[in-house]
Amino acid sequence: MQHYNMNLTLKVWKQKNGKTKGGFETYPVKNVSSEMSFLEMFDVLNEQLVSEEKEPIAFDHDCREGICGMCSMVINGRAHGPWSQNTTCQLHMRAYKDGDTITVEPWRADAFPVIKDLVVDRTGFDRIIQAGGFISVNTGNAQDANALPIDKQKADESFAAASCIGCGACVAACPNASAMLFVSAKVSHLALLPQGEPERMTRAFNMVNQMDTEGFGSCTNIGACEAECPKGISLENIARLNREYIGSMMSGSKVEGMA
Amino acid sequence: MPLISKIPAGPIDSKWKTYKATCKLVNPANKRSLEIIVVGTGLAGASAAASLGEMGYKVKAFCFQDSPRRAHSIAAQGGINAAKNYQNDGDSTYRLFYDTIKGGDYRAREGNVHRLAEVSANIIDQCVAAGVPFAREYGGLLSNRSFGGTQVQRTFYAAGQTGQQLLIGAYQGLERQVSLGNVEMHSRHEMLEVVMVDGVARGIIARNLVTGELERHFGHAVLLCTGGYGNVFYLSTNAMGSNVTAAWKAHKQGAFFGNPCFTQIHPTCIPVSGDHQSKLTLMSESLRNDGRIWVPKQKNDQRKPSEIKEEERDYYLERRYPAFGNLVPRDVASRAAKERCDAGYGVGSSKMAVYLDFGAAIERYGKIEANKQGKPNTSKDEIIVLGKGVVKEKYGNLFDMYEKITGENPYEMPMRIYPAVHYTMGGLWVDYELMTTVPGLYALGEANFSDHGANRLGASALMQGLADGYFVIPYTLGNRLADDIRTKAIPTDHPAFVAAEKEVSDRINKLMSIKGTESVESFHKRLGKIMWEKCGMARNEKGLKEAIAEIAALRKEFWSNVRIPGDIDEFNPELDKAGRVADFIELGELMCLDALNRNESCGGHFREEYQTEEGEALRDDEKYMYVAAWEYKGVGQFEMHKEDLIYEVVHPSARSYK
Repeated sequence: MQHYNMNLTLKVWKQKNGKTKGGFETYPVKNVSSEMSFLEMFDVLNEQLVSEEKEPIAFDHDCREGICGMCSMVINGRAHGPWSQNTTCQLHMRAYKDGDTITVEPWRADAFPVIKDLVVDRTGFDRIIQAGGFISVNTGNAQDANALPIDKQKADESFAAASCIGCGACVAACPNASAMLFVSAKVSHLALLPQGEPERMTRAFNMVNQMDTEGFGSCTNIGACEAECPKGISLENIARLNREYIGSMMSGSKVEGMA
Repeated sequence: MPLISKIPAGPIDSKWKTYKATCKLVNPANKRSLEIIVVGTGLAGASAAASLGEMGYKVKAFCFQDSPRRAHSIAAQGGINAAKNYQNDGDSTYRLFYDTIKGGDYRAREGNVHRLAEVSANIIDQCVAAGVPFAREYGGLLSNRSFGGTQVQRTFYAAGQTGQQLLIGAYQGLERQVSLGNVEMHSRHEMLEVVMVDGVARGIIARNLVTGELERHFGHAVLLCTGGYGNVFYLSTNAMGSNVTAAWKAHKQGAFFGNPCFTQIHPTCIPVSGDHQSKLTLMSESLRNDGRIWVPKQKNDQRKPSEIKEEERDYYLERRYPAFGNLVPRDVASRAAKERCDAGYGVGSSKMAVYLDFGAAIERYGKIEANKQGKPNTSKDEIIVLGKGVVKEKYGNLFDMYEKITGENPYEMPMRIYPAVHYTMGGLWVDYELMTTVPGLYALGEANFSDHGANRLGASALMQGLADGYFVIPYTLGNRLADDIRTKAIPTDHPAFVAAEKEVSDRINKLMSIKGTESVESFHKRLGKIMWEKCGMARNEKGLKEAIAEIAALRKEFWSNVRIPGDIDEFNPELDKAGRVADFIELGELMCLDALNRNESCGGHFREEYQTEEGEALRDDEKYMYVAAWEYKGVGQFEMHKEDLIYEVVHPSARSYK
């Protein structure tokens, strides 16, 4: 692979905090190596800003290997940038060429308020999990792990859904800012396993309720979430969530909060 | 102060049973009035907070990330060990215990390690019950694979995302307790001080990283589950935010630091590409199940790997260690890679890399697959296609990650890999109950020093984190709190809280007032360079002495010339990082001191002066069979205390994987 250097123009969303209005600022960045990751390019820019006694750009990031789900940038209009099934931290600068202008914004959704610059508050996702994204098993209750064989295909499908990293790209990509892909991934992960069976009837209902309470939008089957999901979470999960949700409604007596 | 490890008396396999049967208990009504602080929400913290919440304690959990699910346990790839013997290949609790003691180069406590091996099986049961989708065979039962330093298959896994699946499992348990009101979660908070009342840890000062406000939190006990300190090297496989701050503040309040120089350098990481590098990425040890490691036999060979014939390749691990081959423990594999590169046989543009090659595995799996499909006469090209499919299913996400980072396709050409800092075996000294030398202050998971000796075996970090959180602390904490039921919650306007908050506030103000010219990042890089060159994969007396002087000078420079932009009362990642780097600098000094004190080579600690003629580590059990527990005596000053290690069951011998 041939490596090269490039000069870029960055247009980055700057916003002091949740109470003030934000706007784009333009930054030239010079001598960016094609071997850098996108966030390393931001590191270089921030170092430059600190040396010029300017304020660096705040952005969320942690593992930088595509698994923690903390990084969250909308790059030229696409959540996590141009590469498919990829997180911002794993995007590398060989995706760009000399002279490019790159626009970077935070996740945009009412349910993800901006904290500062590119950093948003995603605790709504935690509250959705609190509403039912778990199996109620206290430590010490478990039987032998092999006492209950699970069909490999089901286990694999469950794993595929469970590989969601909770980054929120699905919400950022969706014109309605719906969190259906996130919720459906968790519901599917647990519904596909026999261990998840006992709470199946309440889980989908409670989680969807919480999603609505948080202010996430409705699903209108656009599919942008699947297209931008860094982990390739499938839309089929949303279909399953809908079935689970209807199942919850049908057995209303078991659902908390339903008469 | 004498170090009392509190290992129960009796035969090794009954110590933990006896402890559990005789430890004090807290009745359910009393648990409701006992408050516990858990700092960190990785495997150890999330499992502890969830389990203690389930038991009825009032728990407050803290993490610096935006959600507890982001903790760096999530990035663990390969797997988790457990002595289940599902493969009928001779595994047992004893074997896991033995492998771990030997793997740790006889620098871990027998009692702790045996307990770890005992509860390992319960962990798998617990995780499966909580919905962790481990890999399964067609019969529906759990699948296993091999990891380094063992000759059995005892590693459970979920593709290359085992840490993610286990953490999500523990996180969901934690969120359930949050919804039930048993755990109060504080994300985007960083612990900056331990509050001591009458010699006992009774709370913390935490900073709200969004608003910059300092908060006081009371707890009858404080649990630090804050991970390791590999980022002292600047470049490591740790997350960007991983830090030693909580453990270091505890150390300064009297918690001894155990074996700080024991660092694990992981043999298979993607090599550094340039000065811009911010972190390193691991390629799971599980790849060594099927990948073969080699360098050209010819020095400074410029040819492409595909042009180098089989007989011109040096499979140096298979050559040097025929019994374990590519699956030798991490310390051994890392040193062997360094040895080849230093001798001029390295590959890639930097020449600081070796090949990890799947060519043979792709062909082998392709043949098996062709046979399965009843096509014994398949052409070689088709076999390769089939083989690639199998390898993709096993390691696909790792191969994708490699390609994203390097731009090279590992199905077509061997990966280039080099060792990188990955894990720290050292940590806060704890007794059998996981309590530090500060009463009421506990350390769990990677944050403590206890179970891995001088080298951790692969797939044992996840095991230890969950063992501590799910199955150890629920018992050992009760044993202490049973005597604490009369202690009422201490109001946070108590002078100790006021003083601790002032201490933190003064430190932050001091940092902000320096207004120097050099960035935090720059200081961190400089520290990392000293540490990697002089306290990294190989160490010697001269280098360590130089490093100690250089770090002391760096510390002074930091406190007089660091530049931190922004304000205190806002979201300010540069300020957060400044505090962490200040602590790393102090820790770096202690690590070098510890490495200098230990005049032997063991596990990840390789002192060049102490090696065999063949270049293997030379231990000195006569003089160094102890845990070095360091007491803080003021900036740059430490006093060492020894805990002698007693081997009643395993007889330490030269560790051989030949």
